[in-house]
Amino acid sequence: MTPATVATPPARPLDPEVVRADFPILATLLHEGVPLVYLDNAATTQRPRQVIQAIVDVYEKQYANVHRGIHWLSDQSTDLFENARECVRRFINAAAREEIIFTPGTTEAINLVARSWGDANLRAGDEILLTEMEHHANLVPWQQLAARSGAVLRHIPITDDGQLMLDQLPKLLSEKTRLVAVAAISNVLGTINPVGEIIRQAHAAGALVLVDAAQSAPHGTTDVQQLGADFLAFSGHKMLGPSGVGVLYGRRELLDAMPPFLGGGSMIRRVRLDSFEPAELPAKFEAGTPPIVPAIGLGAAIEYLERLGMQAIHEHELLLTRRAHEVLADQPGLKFLGPAPEHKGGIVSFTVEGIHAHDIAQLLDRRGVAVRAGHHCAMPLHKRLGIGASARASFYFYNTLAEVDRLGEALSAARRVLRRRS
Amino acid sequence: MWALRRSYSLATEPPTKVVMSGLSEDDLYQDRILLHYEEPFHRGRCPRATHAHEDDNPLCGDFVHIDLAVSPEGQIDEAWFDGDGCCISQAAASMLIEQVQGKRLDEIKNFTAGDMLALFGAKLTPNRQKCCLLPWRVLQSAMYASVESDNAEDRR
Repeated sequence: MTPATVATPPARPLDPEVVRADFPILATLLHEGVPLVYLDNAATTQRPRQVIQAIVDVYEKQYANVHRGIHWLSDQSTDLFENARECVRRFINAAAREEIIFTPGTTEAINLVARSWGDANLRAGDEILLTEMEHHANLVPWQQLAARSGAVLRHIPITDDGQLMLDQLPKLLSEKTRLVAVAAISNVLGTINPVGEIIRQAHAAGALVLVDAAQSAPHGTTDVQQLGADFLAFSGHKMLGPSGVGVLYGRRELLDAMPPFLGGGSMIRRVRLDSFEPAELPAKFEAGTPPIVPAIGLGAAIEYLERLGMQAIHEHELLLTRRAHEVLADQPGLKFLGPAPEHKGGIVSFTVEGIHAHDIAQLLDRRGVAVRAGHHCAMPLHKRLGIGASARASFYFYNTLAEVDRLGEALSAARRVLRRRS
Repeated sequence: MWALRRSYSLATEPPTKVVMSGLSEDDLYQDRILLHYEEPFHRGRCPRATHAHEDDNPLCGDFVHIDLAVSPEGQIDEAWFDGDGCCISQAAASMLIEQVQGKRLDEIKNFTAGDMLALFGAKLTPNRQKCCLLPWRVLQSAMYASVESDNAEDRR
């Protein structure tokens, strides 16, 4: 395939059976020869051999530190690293590559904004608006910032079926609101939040918006310019890339005005014994040796995703979510978390009356079905829903309708084991 | 500026089959454990309790409360538990309560976490060991948490 075709996604629907051949791990047979059904993609996805090979290639042929060596290998490595940055820029349609900061993940990207922008700009009495459905990574950094600055946290409430009460937004936004931080897709409920509308209203109130795109960037089209996002964060490992790399997008004028976050090598222009001048973007926010190979792997992952087409991926996952709702709806005592399939991505969380989520996950595992159980790093959301833990099946484009059916069968089998209680 | 240098084509070769060794967790939901889960020993509250404590595992929401009625001679005349959670935490609580019923406090003080895992029997991964050890932790605190004392909760 030539690079020219990479940017033009195919219009045809996605055939998971074809793409599965690219993922060696999906052919795993578990205990007693049961095929693995991997439905824990919201936690982390698997990698195609194209990404694995890209990583092997760097280490075998082109690895050295970046932006440092005046030698051939370092030039090679630097080219690949910056090429990955360009891949990310194109993937989210940022205006400039200087707006793409490589971080270790979504969590550190959000912490960067809280520490750098937050400490420089927030004063006692300022408000940060979050939602009741945020991941801990989009709650705790703001709690820490509030403790340092005296800022006040407020939260957009959710309905019982897990959608933001958008009618509350005008009341919650005021001239005190400095930042709105919201997940584009809930990692528990799967709810697709109306981020565009939130950004429009927040900007009208004079607030900036940070989008936690950890669950949305891997599964659909992201266009930061069309969206008008001020900051947007996501992780490589949830979209076929290696762990240890994530992305912070920030509008250039915001990043330019922000003080550096971590201090060290790379992020400086000049250092004296008692002072330093920060480097230009993006190096200013990339202290120390960056995640060189993970970033290059992320670039290969993006090329793979673009070849499939983000719209095709989204449409296939909607099929899977619809099927999961059909298959699971008949299960006695089963309650879905979150809204109907048309309002969510490829995440289906549920509880079953009388069976703890851990037991569900353990018994599904016997049948080869891997799901997550617990609070999924969203304790306040579970408290709001009045439950302690939930089970979560989360899909990616390589999952099949037959695998969703296996989930239903495995759940019926689990119920038979815990027969008297369910 | 940074031109695309490479592109990886979709593979067409069949994937390698990897067979993992069999997992020996089949005994996790064995009848003995399920029986404790579904028909627990002394599940409920004890009105004449002299000692009580409760705790949860915030990671999974498992919750266990233990009541002990201890005689002046230090004998556990009655042990009861209440709770909510996974099969392992609740079955482990039932097994533990059955074990300590009628024993002397000083015997129970030597009952270690290792003893608790041995009592449960089935092999547990480190994550699920936390479920099994929740009732054991609650019991360890309950022995020092006299219900007459106002600061019982502080003596964990």
